[in-house]
Amino acid sequence: MPIINAENISFSYAAKPVMEDVSFAIDEAQIVAIIGPNGSGKTTLLKIINGTLFPNSGQMLVDGKDTGQWSRQEIARKVAIVPQETSVIFPFYAEEIVLMGRFPHLSNYRFEDKKDYRIVHEAMEKTDTLAFATRRFDELSAGERQRVLIARALAQEPKVLLLDESTVFLDLKHQLQFLTLLRQLNTAQQLTVIFVTHDINLAAQNADRIILLYSGEIYAIGKPAEVITAANIKEVYDVGVLIDKNPQSGLPRMTLLT
Amino acid sequence: MTIVFLVIGAVSLCVGSVHIDFDHVLRYLAKALKGNFAITSQEELIIFSVRLPRIIFAGIVGASLSLGGVIFQALLRNPLADPYVLGISGGSALGAIVGIVTGAGSFYLGIPLLAFLGALATVFLVFVVAGGTRGPLLDNSLLLSGVVVNAFFSAAILFFLSVVNSMELHSITFWLMGDLSRASMEEISLTAFCLIAGFVFLYAQARKLNLLVQGEETALHLGVNVERTKQWLLIVTSLITAVAVSLAGIIGFVGIMVPHLMRLVFGSDHRLLLPAAALFGACFLVVADTLARVVLTPAELPVGVITALCGAPYFIFLLKRKAP
Repeated sequence: MPIINAENISFSYAAKPVMEDVSFAIDEAQIVAIIGPNGSGKTTLLKIINGTLFPNSGQMLVDGKDTGQWSRQEIARKVAIVPQETSVIFPFYAEEIVLMGRFPHLSNYRFEDKKDYRIVHEAMEKTDTLAFATRRFDELSAGERQRVLIARALAQEPKVLLLDESTVFLDLKHQLQFLTLLRQLNTAQQLTVIFVTHDINLAAQNADRIILLYSGEIYAIGKPAEVITAANIKEVYDVGVLIDKNPQSGLPRMTLLT
Repeated sequence: MTIVFLVIGAVSLCVGSVHIDFDHVLRYLAKALKGNFAITSQEELIIFSVRLPRIIFAGIVGASLSLGGVIFQALLRNPLADPYVLGISGGSALGAIVGIVTGAGSFYLGIPLLAFLGALATVFLVFVVAGGTRGPLLDNSLLLSGVVVNAFFSAAILFFLSVVNSMELHSITFWLMGDLSRASMEEISLTAFCLIAGFVFLYAQARKLNLLVQGEETALHLGVNVERTKQWLLIVTSLITAVAVSLAGIIGFVGIMVPHLMRLVFGSDHRLLLPAAALFGACFLVVADTLARVVLTPAELPVGVITALCGAPYFIFLLKRKAP
């Protein structure tokens, strides 16, 4: 059974339709990239998957149940999102931020126990953030903050991890580290990863499947080689590109023609 | 900090227009703790029927206002918010003034009741103006409509001040500046009950508050039912602070300063912040009220004057020290 199942989803902000009759299914333990030009509905789609927005018509099934029927806490145990950026008004320590990822697993009157702290510690170890656990979140660099937010999402122990441009602030080393970590979690814990990106090569190299969105509709969906074609990119992004094969992986590689 | 509060309370019992020795105070307290409530001397009378209730009341009001500050700052995601921003001061002041002017204040609990109703009606009004009945609340709209409603009420208060006679003017002015001496034993018990019940509820929400200050969307992602949580927090906090304000009058700076100060010392985790702010707020207001009693002996200053006089410079000092 697919873990994410979108059935004829339509969505509009006020009168402006942003998503029309979108259907797709994502199986457990897949890595899926969502690409598309600005305003094509990528972030909206992520919000519908994690139940922050509800479709006007159609159904979004997560783990077999409509997102409207899960409670917020239940859905947060299944789906975690790493946002692009968060603003911080009050000072919190990095470790406190990661600890917040445990919220969906706790009841109001319970304190975090050893297990929660262990999970937080592991999440911070994996994201290379232990070094600044006791530093204030708002004093970290953008890349460091992003890693802390990734750690928080991991501490939620989700089945599905949503990433909204989560690698943009990471330097090369941490980008590689993060992608390796994703694959590792993907194989070891059957984690499903859905990431939104503007970096077509990143999508082509790392995703099992790619969803190409174009003005609120799915223009193409499938394996990287099926979606990343010069014709598709020309049609959707209105730019000329050269597609060849990455000599290392054999996956499609895109070069912008100027 | 509980110990600090008890020590401050005991010291505060000694001083006043009639000085009572510290060891006498301790002796009387020990006697009362043993269950002997018979009042045998004038000193005991002063301690138990004048100063002790007042100190307890000051503590409760200080704690209520500080808690209110913590919650409103978190809800509005604005470190400058306090219970008054949402119109609790303006509304209850207007209610009280109407009470004083119309003579409704001569009834039992007349003025506090009107002040309380005024405060609640205003919070409701602010909520409606901000569009809270139509859909999700935006933090800024709540803050802005609070400012607007407050400005309107200030104008209304000024209008009343310019038309009343001098007797009424005096009692209005005293009310506006905060006065902890009028509360009766029943009123004190009532505020204590509200504070304790409210605190138990709020403390259970501490982790949610931590998530809310990260932004509503983040809170939603991490599993908080944001709208319902916000509404409950708003209701409970408004109740606690409206009760305190309606009986004590307007005491500025406590609700904005104490949460800030505690955040600088203890960080922003609400599980620590809520109790710390409540206790420190209590200590702070007891000290301020004691000063208000002794500075101009035998006359008294309104406690609001003391809190603002101490609060403002200290606040500036903290901001300066914090700046790099």
